[in-house]
Amino acid sequence: MKLYCLSGHPTLPCNILKFKSTTIMLDCGLDMTSTLNFLPLPLVQSPRLSNLPSWSLKDGNAYLDKELKECSGHVFVDSVPEFCLPETELIDMSTVDVILISNYHCMMALPYITEHTGFTGTVYATEPTLQIGRLLMEELVNFIERVPKAQSASLWKNKDVQRLLPSPLKDAVEVSTWRRCYSMQEVNSALSKIQLVGYSQKIELFGAVQVTPLSSGYALGSSNWVIQSHYEKVSYVSGSSLLTTHPQPMDQASLKNSDVLLLTGLTQIPTANPDGMVGEFCSNLALTVRNGGNVLVPCYPSGVIYDLLECLYQYIDSAGLSNVPFYFISPVANSSLEFSQIFAEWLCHNKQTKVYLPEPPFPHAELIQTNKLKHYPSIHGDFSNDFRQPCVVFTGHPSLRFGDVVHFLELWGKSSLNTVIFTEPDFSYLDALAPYQPLAMKCIYCPIDTRLNFIQVSKLLKEVQPLHVVCPEQYTQPPPTQSHRMDLMIDCQPPAMSYRRAEVLALPFKRRYEKIEIMPELADSLVPMEIKPGISLATVSAVLHTKDNKHVLQPPPRSTQPTSGKKRKRVSDDIPDCKVLKPLLSGSIPVEQFVQTLEKHGFSDIKVEDTAKGHIVLLQEAETLIQIEEDSTHIICDNDEMLRVRLRDLVLKFLQKF
Amino acid sequence: MDPECSRLLPALCAVLADPRQPMTDDTCLEKLLDWFKTVTETESSLLLLQENPCLVELLSQALKFQDVSSRILSFSLRLAGIFAAQENCFQFLQQGELLLGLFGEAGPLGLPAWNVPSVRSGWIQGLCSLAKHPSAEQFLVDCGAVDTIFSLQGDSSLFVASAASQLLVQVLSLSIQGRATPHLGSSDGDWPSCAQSIVGYLEESLRSGATPQITQALKVLTTTFGRCHHSWTEALWMRLSPLVTCLLEKDTVPTAHSLADLFLSMARSPTFGSSDCDLWVTLAQTLSCLSPTQAGPLALGILKLHVCPQALKTQAFDVLLQPLACVLEAAAQVPGSSGLPDGTGSNPTMADALLASTSSCAALLCQSLAHLGELQALPHSPRPWPQVLLLEATVMTLRFCSGSAVPISSVGGRLCGILASCIRVQRAALDFLGMLSQGTGPQESVTQVFAILLEYLRSPESSPTVLKKAFQATLRWLLSMSKACGSNNPDPHTQPFLRELFPVMQKRLCNPCWEVRDSALEFLTHLTTHWGGQPDFRQALLASDVPELTQQLLQDPEAYVRASAVTAMGQLASQGLHATPSGPEHPGAKQKSLPQELLHILSLDSEGFPRRAVMQVFTQWLQDGHPAMAEDLEQFMARVFQVVSRDLDWEVRVQGLELARVFLAQTLGPPDCPYAVALPAATPPTSPAEVLRTLGRVQLLEFAFRALFDCDRPVAQKSCDLLLLLRARTAPGGGLQGAECNPEAVTVEAALRAWQAGEQGQPLGELVPEVVVAILRTLDLEGLQATLAESSDHVEQSPRSLLQDMLAAVGALGGHEADCY
Repeated sequence: MKLYCLSGHPTLPCNILKFKSTTIMLDCGLDMTSTLNFLPLPLVQSPRLSNLPSWSLKDGNAYLDKELKECSGHVFVDSVPEFCLPETELIDMSTVDVILISNYHCMMALPYITEHTGFTGTVYATEPTLQIGRLLMEELVNFIERVPKAQSASLWKNKDVQRLLPSPLKDAVEVSTWRRCYSMQEVNSALSKIQLVGYSQKIELFGAVQVTPLSSGYALGSSNWVIQSHYEKVSYVSGSSLLTTHPQPMDQASLKNSDVLLLTGLTQIPTANPDGMVGEFCSNLALTVRNGGNVLVPCYPSGVIYDLLECLYQYIDSAGLSNVPFYFISPVANSSLEFSQIFAEWLCHNKQTKVYLPEPPFPHAELIQTNKLKHYPSIHGDFSNDFRQPCVVFTGHPSLRFGDVVHFLELWGKSSLNTVIFTEPDFSYLDALAPYQPLAMKCIYCPIDTRLNFIQVSKLLKEVQPLHVVCPEQYTQPPPTQSHRMDLMIDCQPPAMSYRRAEVLALPFKRRYEKIEIMPELADSLVPMEIKPGISLATVSAVLHTKDNKHVLQPPPRSTQPTSGKKRKRVSDDIPDCKVLKPLLSGSIPVEQFVQTLEKHGFSDIKVEDTAKGHIVLLQEAETLIQIEEDSTHIICDNDEMLRVRLRDLVLKFLQKF
Repeated sequence: MDPECSRLLPALCAVLADPRQPMTDDTCLEKLLDWFKTVTETESSLLLLQENPCLVELLSQALKFQDVSSRILSFSLRLAGIFAAQENCFQFLQQGELLLGLFGEAGPLGLPAWNVPSVRSGWIQGLCSLAKHPSAEQFLVDCGAVDTIFSLQGDSSLFVASAASQLLVQVLSLSIQGRATPHLGSSDGDWPSCAQSIVGYLEESLRSGATPQITQALKVLTTTFGRCHHSWTEALWMRLSPLVTCLLEKDTVPTAHSLADLFLSMARSPTFGSSDCDLWVTLAQTLSCLSPTQAGPLALGILKLHVCPQALKTQAFDVLLQPLACVLEAAAQVPGSSGLPDGTGSNPTMADALLASTSSCAALLCQSLAHLGELQALPHSPRPWPQVLLLEATVMTLRFCSGSAVPISSVGGRLCGILASCIRVQRAALDFLGMLSQGTGPQESVTQVFAILLEYLRSPESSPTVLKKAFQATLRWLLSMSKACGSNNPDPHTQPFLRELFPVMQKRLCNPCWEVRDSALEFLTHLTTHWGGQPDFRQALLASDVPELTQQLLQDPEAYVRASAVTAMGQLASQGLHATPSGPEHPGAKQKSLPQELLHILSLDSEGFPRRAVMQVFTQWLQDGHPAMAEDLEQFMARVFQVVSRDLDWEVRVQGLELARVFLAQTLGPPDCPYAVALPAATPPTSPAEVLRTLGRVQLLEFAFRALFDCDRPVAQKSCDLLLLLRARTAPGGGLQGAECNPEAVTVEAALRAWQAGEQGQPLGELVPEVVVAILRTLDLEGLQATLAESSDHVEQSPRSLLQDMLAAVGALGGHEADCY
């Protein structure tokens, strides 16, 4: 059993598990932090961005000045943003049988894998994962395609050039493999390969293994996966949460008794408690608006935003914010808000019961009804007519490199009355803000990450008791900024195996058994014999029939059946002749009794010698030697077949036959 | 005994003895026992039984066990004990062999009823009451009760087991004190036989090696030494001490808590405290061999002793300081530099206990912090008190909890992980830090204290309860700083701190969690009360949004927050710090003046707390002569009294009457005092008629008269006091003439009578001064006051009422004239 690790990002995993005869890709995360090296794509022509000075090498060589621009001491690539793909060289993608997706954030690289690599398999995901994942991809494509950029920089990627660049460009990994965003056509094609599954549904893969998605409590439709054969069980835990937010709670019990537990997608901010962060978010929002400032919340169009809106729904009246408009701007804003209301079966119990009242499960429906929350596909069109300040704007993309958020940062960045509040934990807020410096706007960082923290992990591991834990290397040591916090790492026995990008791990367990079925008529013919209390044995003569990774023992065809001369002999009938088998023997020979028996049968002058493995019985008169060992008995006599047969029959008297 | 009760008693006894009429209410029986106990304290039990033979019958009825419910059986056992506490009555009951029947081997012991814990408990309590005189001791021996008591020590019911242990102590003490034995030695012969059997039992238990038995024996000893301070207790200890000290020699002491209790009980007893027995040595030995968690309570007990050798106190104090020393050492850059007693280095068990798990670490630190806090508050706290080191250790603990400590050592790293976001320790440490504000510290430590407090106030990770503690601790430190520096000399820490504080407060006042908003408002109220007058404070406060935010919280969805906001706004306004109604940033918004806004809350808020707070603010303002009240005072008061008199919450009405009292006092002016060195009055004293007219105009009189017949007693009482004051000042004997025959007075009186009868709808009529005087004179205010002074259930609590109730409950009184209170 092997694990191919294609992504180095612990929360955007992409791994391939080879288990029995199947090749299973676990998640397909796309590392978008690479885009932080690029200049933002402004929706409206930005004089500031277009007038940034070019950056040239120390030797004054200016051939890079079209590609690299400098802003407040940082160097950015002036080009269409590119993404860092999972490793595609490590394994031939056409051999991948299935891809299991655990949540909509972990499927963003799917088009890169399913298109143009020869992949012919199936992708499994839950319905909300597919639908919301589609929204995220649609938004991404839209953000990038609506601001066409003529230039595509590639000179800087040259290894010899990259060496000379300042950090972080210098240290960027695998820049040659970075790719531009996929097209909508590729998205549609990739998503058409998805087969929908429900929680606890058992899916057979070629009869070899069974995969089952389990609720993971992190997002709508998010799942962990159990991959099991008859005797082995691998659990894949990715992006799980034990907090009570909108999704169905995590199913922990089904993870028990795993041989291997692959653990990814833990919280990215282990020291921040989501409750405290929500409080911080609300109070900063209120204070800014009170002072006449605007609040900008860079976010994804689905996920934590539902919880934030719910929290604000309860909060705005107490904070006197009832008259402040909330805008949600995304090409998929409408679909996201509507979708969330129709996936009732994937929601937590409280929200499910609301549906029967009937009420919309999320209160943002009421915010929209009362005109407190308005949503628009982009800043163009209706929005510009309705726009009223001070206001709160939720919009993407959290990387601040593309999407409507770029416009608002350019618009509001100069005033210290305004605040940008970062709630998504995926990007470092300082890096995200770098191309906007100097910035007068206030910045508040309250990352809300509801995924498991290390305390919860250690409880989970105690509860489900896996034999081995495998996790990204980042989880096996404290975070570099807090190296004394030994509690911020996975602590389990035996220690977790760690992996890093482009590594192949041999998972530490061996398959020892395979299940074989016996046909009923064959089973009927067996005559088990009890050889020890509780253990019975029977010999089986049969034909082992293997198809679709299922092994079946069938009765052997009758050997006496004469083949009809006229009919042509079929290949399947051509089975080896079954010889009449000698019975099998079992038991041990008690030497003393054996000697007594020999004496009874007229042998005299018997001598017994003990050897390391058993005994030797010497019949000196007959010049014969009987060697009795644990698993063999030999009668050595010179050409006296009669004597040998006599002795053999005496030996056989002590053994059981079947 | 009340003759009426005597009359009811036979019927009651018959009911109790009748198995067909089960008594379902246990509390009645308890009350009945309490009553008998009170009666026998003053009267002769013998006489009581002779005069009320029904009682003896009831007791004998209990001997027919199969007919009696376990409740009545338990009751009878206890009742018999109460009567038999007097020796002559004991003899009387003995003659009928009643006691032997109830408590002896032929009693309930062998019956199924014995399985009911209340019966066993009744048996013990009966004996407890009875075991007061020498005849009782003989009785106990004769009826074999002592062995039963031994076995009840291990009873499955904890109440029974504990009572058995108490009884054993009582019997032991009775047995020894009954004899004038000059000397009790170690030989069996010196001890009275009953005492001997008990001591033998204790010895056997201590030797048994079984934890439950040892614990029971130790408990008996603890109670004995706690209760009896005669010299025989010393002899008892001499006999048993080798067995007890043996327990300390084991690797782990299983009965540590009981042992600590025992030694402390001895140390508090004058018999041992002064004697030359080696109690102090034993205590020192115990301290050193118990685990850190077990030793804590013992150390605290030792430090609380009045008489105790200094060396032992030092050792005990070290035990309490050690966990904090460990924390300091773990955080120290250089090992051994903490200055507290050696922590981790010399005491590995302490480090083990701290680093074992979050729960054990939290338990130990919380215990240590709580004990030290308790000690600090004592008048004889340990000296020298290591204030600086405690400050440092507490600050360091808080930093470990918040994750802001960056220790170098591996122990520090582990401690960091264990304590990270441990709310329990955070709360305990903040509490203790607040207590430490009573002492001072060097500049450096105080700076650290304020820094950590600010960190906690600021951190989004602080839970609401932790934040509340942080607010409390901050307030204590600010107070102590200002006390230390004097009001004219601003303290160097306070001002910069306050500047940092208000941005934090702004954020807290906007928090989505209502508990946070509430505690921030409370904190603001305290701050303003103390520093509202200081220019720096005023400047910092007014530069922030805090006043506006506070005003906005008057509309909070949570009632507690609204109430706190009302109080805070009241305080801000008293100091002239509230937001001006027409702020430039909200030109369009409808703005009410603060008094109008509060009046609005008083009239319309659905919850009681904000309305009560409003009344307190109004009272405070009126007392202080706040300018908001001064303009158009009469009209405003009239509105307030009108609204408050209709309020459904009695506390609000009481507050309203308090406001009325202040208003009345101010209208009347200071009372004439013959000895006052009076300055010539600036304004001539108002005439009584004028006063009454004013009171009429502001609707105070109508409110007060209405409140006089309020169905809630405190309201009526308060109103009665108010009217008495008014009468004394406006209608004393002579002066203003009343108008008894005035037709208007008749109308008013009729209305009042109707009100008293519950018809509050009737209009009162015009209250001209003459009519008021007349009414005040006619009303029997003193009588009303006396009636109201009696608690509302004084009738219902009488024994007669109890007996009637019990009879009524089973329908034995005929008809249903039950007192349905």
